[in-house]
Amino acid sequence: MDYEAVIGLEVHAELSTESKIYCACANRFGAEVNTLCCPVCTGMPGILPALNARVIEYAVKMGLACGCRIADIVKQDRKSYFYPDLPRGYQISQFDIPLCEDGAVEFYSAGRRRKVRIRRIHIEDDAGKLLHDESFGGSLVDFNRCGVPLVEIVSEPDLRSSSEAKDYLEMIKLMLLYLGISDAKMQEGSIRCDVNVSLRERGSDTLGVRCEMKNVGSFSAVMRAIDYEIERQTKVLSSGGSVVQETRRWDDAKGQSFPLRSKEDAHDYRYFPEPNIPVITGIHAVRDRVARDLPELPMARILRYEGLGLSNYEAVTLTNAPDRADYFDSCIAAGGASYKAIANWVLGELSKLCNARSCAMGELGIEPQALTSLAALAESGALSSTGAKRVLEIMLAEGGDPEELAQKHNLIQNNDEKALAKLARSVVDSNPDSVKAYRAGKTNAIGYLVGQAMKASKGQANPQMLQKLIRAIIEE
Amino acid sequence: MDLTLLTASALASGIKKREYSAREVAQAFLDRIKKTEPAVQSFITVTGERALEKAAKVDERLGRGEDMPELAGVPIALKDNICTEGVRTTCASKMLRDFIPNYSATVAQHLEKAGLIMLGKLNMDEFAMGSTCENSAFQTTKNPFDTSRVPGGSSGGSAACVAAHEAPLSLGSDTGGSIRIPASFCGVYGLKPTYGAVSRYGLVAFASSLDQIGPFARSAADIRALFSVINRRDPRDMTSLDESLFKRADSSGWVIGLPEEYFGDGIDGEVRDAVLKAAKTFEKMGHRVRPVRLALSEYALPVYYILSSAEASSNLACFDGVRYGYRAPEYDGLFDMYCRTRSEGFGSEVQRRILLGTYVLSAGFYDAYYKKAQKARAQIMAEYAAVFDEADVLLTPVSPQTAFRFGERTADPVKMYMTDICTVSVNIAGVPALSAPCGRDSRGLPIGMQLIGRRLSDYGLIDMAERFERHTGVMDTMTPAV
Repeated sequence: MDYEAVIGLEVHAELSTESKIYCACANRFGAEVNTLCCPVCTGMPGILPALNARVIEYAVKMGLACGCRIADIVKQDRKSYFYPDLPRGYQISQFDIPLCEDGAVEFYSAGRRRKVRIRRIHIEDDAGKLLHDESFGGSLVDFNRCGVPLVEIVSEPDLRSSSEAKDYLEMIKLMLLYLGISDAKMQEGSIRCDVNVSLRERGSDTLGVRCEMKNVGSFSAVMRAIDYEIERQTKVLSSGGSVVQETRRWDDAKGQSFPLRSKEDAHDYRYFPEPNIPVITGIHAVRDRVARDLPELPMARILRYEGLGLSNYEAVTLTNAPDRADYFDSCIAAGGASYKAIANWVLGELSKLCNARSCAMGELGIEPQALTSLAALAESGALSSTGAKRVLEIMLAEGGDPEELAQKHNLIQNNDEKALAKLARSVVDSNPDSVKAYRAGKTNAIGYLVGQAMKASKGQANPQMLQKLIRAIIEE
Repeated sequence: MDLTLLTASALASGIKKREYSAREVAQAFLDRIKKTEPAVQSFITVTGERALEKAAKVDERLGRGEDMPELAGVPIALKDNICTEGVRTTCASKMLRDFIPNYSATVAQHLEKAGLIMLGKLNMDEFAMGSTCENSAFQTTKNPFDTSRVPGGSSGGSAACVAAHEAPLSLGSDTGGSIRIPASFCGVYGLKPTYGAVSRYGLVAFASSLDQIGPFARSAADIRALFSVINRRDPRDMTSLDESLFKRADSSGWVIGLPEEYFGDGIDGEVRDAVLKAAKTFEKMGHRVRPVRLALSEYALPVYYILSSAEASSNLACFDGVRYGYRAPEYDGLFDMYCRTRSEGFGSEVQRRILLGTYVLSAGFYDAYYKKAQKARAQIMAEYAAVFDEADVLLTPVSPQTAFRFGERTADPVKMYMTDICTVSVNIAGVPALSAPCGRDSRGLPIGMQLIGRRLSDYGLIDMAERFERHTGVMDTMTPAV
């Protein structure tokens, strides 16, 4: 039987507010263990949460970016469970009234435009981190992460493959970055994911029994976990068995998932309204204020770039690297070269340089105006591609106007057809052996002839034109 | 002169006038504590040395001519569920027997700023769950009027220590009557402020939507003085209200409502008579008294036990043996550590409420219990709002009877819960209520009347009690046996 995977993701993203969600502690990654905590985030007896208004604002931004309906109130609820990294014994989350509901995220996957519905986005606090120390022989808790604000973005089960899931996650990450509300660094755990997978007969519109894998730590691990789960469930179903609804633990090192708890053992979180946080009203005013300052979002940017004539690949690649896309936008604002030519430079030479130097494109020191001049010189043929690269090198080293640099370093290409024809004639005349070899079928002999001509022109001749001219003479 | 006989206001003025030093006052109360504690046992921790040091500092500042706050140098004691940095805070539980907080409750900081001198921490029912102080894991506080009887609870230590002149002032907390019941049993004043009047930051939570810290004293004026110190909005407590909302009020001419549900069967005759006599007195003082109805009163107790237990089950989840407090010495793995720690660390009443609260929040039971109770709460609040269209203040008994003997109700939890029948709805509605002495029964035990006001009318209630006190001289009759 042919099965189709049905995948839904719950993405937990840490928000990059200055302070934590319920206390004034700094919200920062990488500090020394247990240095960013206070009585509130370590859950000392008697403490109370004081909700950070910035968290609401950030979550509303994400909600708007996903086209969600934004609630006019913030209501928080307690979710109770025991675990050593949860010092109060309950998480303060949102249950029946999430801040944002019913939206969608659009993205490209394998060149196809896809849309995943967003069920809800709510705010909650992160838990601490357990550290397992050999010398101690037990576990220790780092509370620095306790109280770091999170948005949980819950999708509908609209994904169909692991690669689609990855592309969806990349888009979520990009949206968070564009909105400036999260560092979105997977390696620092600022995005984590619960993965729900079920299978059904292709063409069916009923949902199969799902398994959930909690807290998968990277996009690639998400892909592996999904593929593993699809394979596992396929085997179960193909052999006539049925999938058991359960929570599984993904062990990325082993590349396997293991049962954690069954439906019967599922936590009863005993949600109830958080009595220490009165319902906050007037969120629509926050929504309207935030909406006015919403930046251009990734999908809109991709479509805009496609509208400029860039390929889908170019549009997506640019958009995925906001620093490059911003630079590209500055260049097209400066004008002077075609969009396509600028895109080639940004995605080609400049990207290579940024990768080599691990810097943002704005930090290369090439003014957008200079880049478009350079691109224009190359586009018009005034510079050969080698010449243009050479000018770029000089610009990086010394700075300056590309045209002046090209002149100064004699890099302007000679495109004068009459002069080049004369040069071609003289090279053909003075290299009869090569001409004979060419005519005997060794067509690559033409490379030598072009090389000789280039040498004679001190590198300034247009090699494409030369080649054409030389070939024409020989084949006469 | 026996300084411990004076009210806080009298002490404050004597200290300011340098008739005696703050240190002498602190010493006098510490001496009194030494003498009476064997019989009363209201203190879990006495911080004598610290108190004398702080008092000396107040004296120093007064000596330099500094302008000091109203109550500077006056001693006070705190219920042991209010966190005090560096001073053990036990909640009268084995769970927190050795717990020393690393921060101070907002109220404790206000007291410190106001120059009050903390004498120590007071006994209570474990985690404030109880009406007699019998649920303390450490000791049984006695009623200073009759040491064979309970002081009331849960703030039993707070009431007994003030009644026994071990401190002129104390703080307690009230979730369903925990300030007012012991105040009435011990013949002192106790105010359950409007919900939000006093910051709960640093109060070890029992039921967050009902808890409120409030003052105990032997005069209404002292209640006012102490309340004005702690009545402050706190950015750390999102439910706290701005103090500017609380206006000093003149209660003369207030219409008094007598809710008939509070004077029916189940209320001891002597208690009823004393409160009705107080109503007559108020009439003589120029108040109009009229009967009113609070028909939903009978639902208040079940609503209270569902909501308070639900919140408690979650609030007490932090006592898991991981970071602070008791941890079972032996266990097999994490889950077993939780089970043993909580089974061994909590007393039986606390466990009963955690189980009850966990049950009413569980999947499948939530709608029938918690959600229903929330709806009933909204109705009770609406009924209170409506009754205050007919009256400015309600006058009721505080408890159906005066202080009873130890062990009398411990066998039957439901019978014990009935002690709070007159007080719980006040917390459900979030309104203020003052327990004030209004007489003694034939055994000489104090009887309390409850003045229930509109939200934010705390100062009006205090004013009313002060007028009553002046008119009747009732406090002159409140001399305990101890």
